[in-house]
Amino acid sequence: MTRNLITVDDLDRDEIERYLSLTDRFAEVMQRDLKKVPTLRGRVVVNMFFESSTRTATSFELAGKRLSADVINVKGSGSSVDKGETLKDTVLTLNAYRPDVLVIRHKSVGACAAAARYTDAAIVNAGDGTHAHPTQSLLDLYTLRRRGVSLEGLHVAYVGDVMHSRVARSGAAAFRTMGAKVTFIAPPTLLPPGLEEGLGGRASHDIRDIADADVVYVLRMQHERMGDGGFVPSLREYSREYGVGHERLRPGQLVMHPGPMNRGVEITDALADDPEVLVTAQVESGMLVRMAVLYDLIAGPAEHVRNVPVEEVAA
Amino acid sequence: MSDMRLLHKGGPAADLVIRGARVLDPLAGIDEVRDVVVRGGVIGGDPDGLEVVDGAGMTVIPGLVDPHVHLRTPGREDTEDIASGSAAAAAGGFVAIVGMPNTQPALDDPEGLAKLQQLARAEAHVGVGFFCAITRGQKGTELTEAAELAQMGAVGLSDDGRPVWDSLVMRRALQYQRLAKLPLVLHEEDPRLAQGGAMHEGPVAARLGIAGIPSESESVMVGRDVALARLEAGRIHICHVSAVETVEEVRRGKQQGVAVTAEVSPHHLLLIDEDVDGLDPATRKMNPPLRGRDDRAALRAALIDGTLDCIATDHAPHGASEKELPFPEAPFGVTGLETAFPVLYTDLVLTGELPLDVLVRRMSGDAARVVDLPQPTLADGAEANLALVDLDATWDVTADGFQSKSRNSAFLGRTLHGVVRLTVAQGREAWRRLGTESGRLS
Repeated sequence: MTRNLITVDDLDRDEIERYLSLTDRFAEVMQRDLKKVPTLRGRVVVNMFFESSTRTATSFELAGKRLSADVINVKGSGSSVDKGETLKDTVLTLNAYRPDVLVIRHKSVGACAAAARYTDAAIVNAGDGTHAHPTQSLLDLYTLRRRGVSLEGLHVAYVGDVMHSRVARSGAAAFRTMGAKVTFIAPPTLLPPGLEEGLGGRASHDIRDIADADVVYVLRMQHERMGDGGFVPSLREYSREYGVGHERLRPGQLVMHPGPMNRGVEITDALADDPEVLVTAQVESGMLVRMAVLYDLIAGPAEHVRNVPVEEVAA
Repeated sequence: MSDMRLLHKGGPAADLVIRGARVLDPLAGIDEVRDVVVRGGVIGGDPDGLEVVDGAGMTVIPGLVDPHVHLRTPGREDTEDIASGSAAAAAGGFVAIVGMPNTQPALDDPEGLAKLQQLARAEAHVGVGFFCAITRGQKGTELTEAAELAQMGAVGLSDDGRPVWDSLVMRRALQYQRLAKLPLVLHEEDPRLAQGGAMHEGPVAARLGIAGIPSESESVMVGRDVALARLEAGRIHICHVSAVETVEEVRRGKQQGVAVTAEVSPHHLLLIDEDVDGLDPATRKMNPPLRGRDDRAALRAALIDGTLDCIATDHAPHGASEKELPFPEAPFGVTGLETAFPVLYTDLVLTGELPLDVLVRRMSGDAARVVDLPQPTLADGAEANLALVDLDATWDVTADGFQSKSRNSAFLGRTLHGVVRLTVAQGREAWRRLGTESGRLS
């Protein structure tokens, strides 16, 4: 049976732990001089990015290459998608190369679920509209774990444009599965109705509620998903009420951001440049986690894999 | 009593006798095992010399009526046409259906109506009537020529698919109704509140990241139109009620004596937003959207107590490729004619939630009443409009088993109780599936 990674809702705590420990092993590999393993030699990974991306696209590409897979990158612009080819036809076309994994980034909710109907390849959701971004949430967990932060009992506050954020949706689900507590802090217009019941977590529109959080997860204002807008009166007022800077934080609070940052909107310039902010660590974790995911979907998840050094599971 | 508004392709009058079936006609007060004679397309008369259909163990009900179907003609005959849509109706036990005017182009003038009526006379398997648009092009600004359309046999007026969002235009339509006398059949949706939404607003939408369509986008418009109908002593029929808030508006209107009727679809009676989880738009994306658990309970209660007058399928065929898009991009709508009675029988009657006679009334006489069509009856002397249903038999809903050209059914994969063995529509046989053979149209 084909395995997919479409939402973190499909992963239980053990499965997430398995991904995190697998990521650890790839982190060890990356300490070496030669940062490439033959693990997925002869395997085909197709990255289909129908929506723009820098870090996710590059990290999937590098992850595949470091595992020695043949990696093909297809972009929305410059491909047949420009000519009106449907998602189904693009998937069927690329499926003809018999890929092992299709990594899909798409502007629409449910694009990966739709694609999975037309291919036997494993699907990795690299972000489908405002729905889910499971590898982002795994890398967020891993970033904290690597810093020695215990996820159990952790309090994470997402601040900002929750409504349009697949990062917050997947992240909240993953954090909760790992025993963390989640709060969403946003202008009332950017908190989707039913959020508390739907995602589990507390919703607040008072920025002072970040005081209780161990991790302040700053979300990007997603102008491109706001249609005709009207969600906030102005970015100036948003920034005044919800922008996160040093003055709103207490010592010891960790700050995360999925990138790309709107400096001066959701995060101050000074905080964005603070080396204590985990943004760069998140990017580094991103590649490692994506190595683990590609490896797991192609070579895993059988129990025996646990005990085999990752270098030796060549195709 | 054949009605000039319901067209069909004609053919020989039905001559047969159904032996030994349970005959259930709530309106005529009939519920007993007996023979039903159809001679010359009329109920009753001498059974001698007629073909005998063994109805033992089966049930004869008045033919079903659907005041809300999309026949996609003209414009999208690739997804449905009058022949296939009316065949689906016949297979589902329907004897009369009314097509919505949101075709391409919209049905909004006498010429368009005449053409469709001609087509129905050539190819319809059951009685087919048409709603014409309330406003030209369904654009919501200028009224259509309702008086002439009424004289030609339009069943009613509807901008279905869109609301009449301009309150003044709605008021004028109600005023003009005094002349045209046609029921105003209303798709209720505040387009701004619903804007961009693809499913019911609530916890499931919040979790899936899908923009929500709040229940109030429906109920506020119903509230407005009940008020305007009161003001103008007009008469309105509310399409596909989906939300508890809307049920309350309809109930209040009825209590205040406003001439308001309302329909509910099988999918809103049976499915809820939690069923959207798999993100398959072919089976789960419709407008209004599948709502919450409480809404579904309220719809069921309101159907039983009569606040919701009838059931209508909102049969909405779509091509496979349109429905293969990601959820937010795919069009709204599911088919319904062939599954409506069996799925409601299976999920509501067999479970004890809804008495069979209420289901029959809501899908037959009440569905005809809300748009002033003749109510099918099994009483002697009536034109034969009936369905013979084997309630004990089961069938599997599969993509290749439909008479409809489209397969976007919300109930694909289900095993349903209730096989329609015979449909006699407008006095002539329309559908037959006796024994084990596959169904046959007449």
